[in-house]
Amino acid sequence: MDPVISIRDLSKSFLDNQVLRGVNLELYAGENLVILGRSGSGKSVLIKIVAGLLKPDQGEVKVLGQHIADLNTKDLQTLRQQIGFSFQGSALYDGMSVRENLEFPLVRNQRNLSRKQVTEAVRQVLSDVGLLQTIDQMPSELSGGQKKRIGIARTLILHPEIMLYDEPTGGIDPITCVELNHLINKVQKQYNTSAIIITHDLTCARMTGNRVGMLLDGKISKLGGFEEIFQTNDERIRGFYNYNFIHQP
Amino acid sequence: MEERLDQVEGFKKKVPFSQRISHFFSGLYEIQQFIFRFFKEMFTPPYEFKEIVRQCYHIGYRSLAIITLTGFITGIVFTKQSRPSLSEFGATSWLPSLISIAVIRALAPLITALIAAGKIGSNIGAELGSMKVSEQIDAMEVSGTNPFKYLVVTRVLASTCMLPILMLYAAIIGLMGSYLNVHQNEQTSFISFIHDAFVKISFLDVFASVIKSTVYGFTIGVTGCFLGYRASQGTVGVGKAANSTVVISMFLIFIEEMIIVQIVNAMR
Repeated sequence: MDPVISIRDLSKSFLDNQVLRGVNLELYAGENLVILGRSGSGKSVLIKIVAGLLKPDQGEVKVLGQHIADLNTKDLQTLRQQIGFSFQGSALYDGMSVRENLEFPLVRNQRNLSRKQVTEAVRQVLSDVGLLQTIDQMPSELSGGQKKRIGIARTLILHPEIMLYDEPTGGIDPITCVELNHLINKVQKQYNTSAIIITHDLTCARMTGNRVGMLLDGKISKLGGFEEIFQTNDERIRGFYNYNFIHQP
Repeated sequence: MEERLDQVEGFKKKVPFSQRISHFFSGLYEIQQFIFRFFKEMFTPPYEFKEIVRQCYHIGYRSLAIITLTGFITGIVFTKQSRPSLSEFGATSWLPSLISIAVIRALAPLITALIAAGKIGSNIGAELGSMKVSEQIDAMEVSGTNPFKYLVVTRVLASTCMLPILMLYAAIIGLMGSYLNVHQNEQTSFISFIHDAFVKISFLDVFASVIKSTVYGFTIGVTGCFLGYRASQGTVGVGKAANSTVVISMFLIFIEEMIIVQIVNAMR
C-alpha cells in the first residue's frame, strides 16, 4: 500500500539550531500516527513542512504522491484542500463569527456552491464536532476546548484526506482532552482521514494513535504501537513515559 | 544582576556596526521584494473585489469623523493665526486665497496622511501582526487561500485609493472652517470666499495633492502590511509592528513630501 505521506531524510535548521536531522516517516491511509517529543524538538516544524508552510533544507516530502517542493503556488493550494491543519492555538479568525470562520475556506475553494449548500455544510460539520449552538458566536466568546473543536471543524468542512493536528490537547483540562481525543477518533472513522498527531500528551497518544513515534535529537527514534515504543532501555524515552504517567524522574 | 541582564535580549551582546548596516540593507531588500510581490499579486486573478470594498469602507468611511474634526479645526486655526500678519498690511482680503493655497497644497495632504498613519497604519500593523503571531495567516494559507492577496493587496489598494478621497474631503472641510472664521470677522459671503479661494488655485495644485496622497496611502499601506506580515515574538511583536508602522510611515511621508514638492515646484 502506498503511503499518503512519505518523508525521506528531512532536515531543517533555524540559524545555528538544527531541529530536524534526517527524519524518515510514512503515513498510511486510514491510520493515526502520533509523533511524541519534548517542546522545541521540532514536531510542529515537521508538520508545517508537510503542509508546505516551511521549506526543508534537505530531504523529500511526498503528499498524496506529489513532491511538495516541486509544486507551484497554485498546485500547492489545490493540494492543501486535501490537507486539514488543526493549529496549536486554534488560529480562528478573530474578526469573524464561527459561521464565517467555517464558511471562509468553503466559499473560497468551492465557488459554485449555493448559499443554502454552504449553510448546510457549516451546520453539518458543526454538529459533527458537537458545537452547533455556537454558530453565531465570536471566537472570543468560546472556551479553549470549543476553539479547538471549531478549528478542527473548519478543516473538516473541505473533507480533507489528511489531518495534521498540532498539539490538539495542549492547554486543555483533562476531561476536555479526553473529549478531543474521542473527536479525533470520530473524525478518523467518519471522514476516513489519515492523520499525523503532534503531541507530548501520552493520554492523547494512547487514545488516538494507531502507531506512535518519538522525535528525539531531530530524528524519529522508534515507530510502533504505544506500549511497544516504551519497551526500551533508552532512558530518554522511558523518562518521557515516567514523567507523564508516574511523575518521577 | 549581571547574569540576569545577560539573559535579556539586547543585553546579550552589542550588535556590531557592520552587522547593523547589513541588517538595514537586507531589510531594504525584503521591502523591495514585498513591493514586487504586491504588484505581481495585484494583477494576478482571482481578484478580491469584495474584500477591497470592505477595506475601503473600513479605511475611508471609518476615518471620516476624525478627518472632519481635524480638517475643520485646522481651517479655523490657520485662518485665525494668519489674520494678524495680513491685517498689519491691510491685506485680510487675501485670507481666502492664502488659506486655500496652504490647505490644498500642503495642509490637507499632510494632515490626512499623518492621521491615516496613526489610525489606519497602526490598525493594519496590529491586525496583521496579531494574525501572524496567532497563526491565522498560516491557517489561511493551508485552507487554500492566498493570504498575501487577501490581506496585503486589498489593504494596500484600499489605503492607496481612499487617501486622496479623504484628502479632498479634508481640504473642503478645512476651507469650510476657514470660511466660518472669515465670515465671522469680515462678513464675506460664501460665493465671494469660494471665488477668492480658488482664483489662485491651479489644476497642478490639486493634481499634485492627489498624487501626493496616493503616494502617502501606498506608503502607509505597504509599511503597515510589511511590518505586520513579518511580526514575531508574540504580543510584543504586535505592539512593535503597530508602533513602527506609525513612526516609519510618518518619517517616510515627510521625506516624500519634500521630494514631491521639489518636483512640483520644478514643473510650475
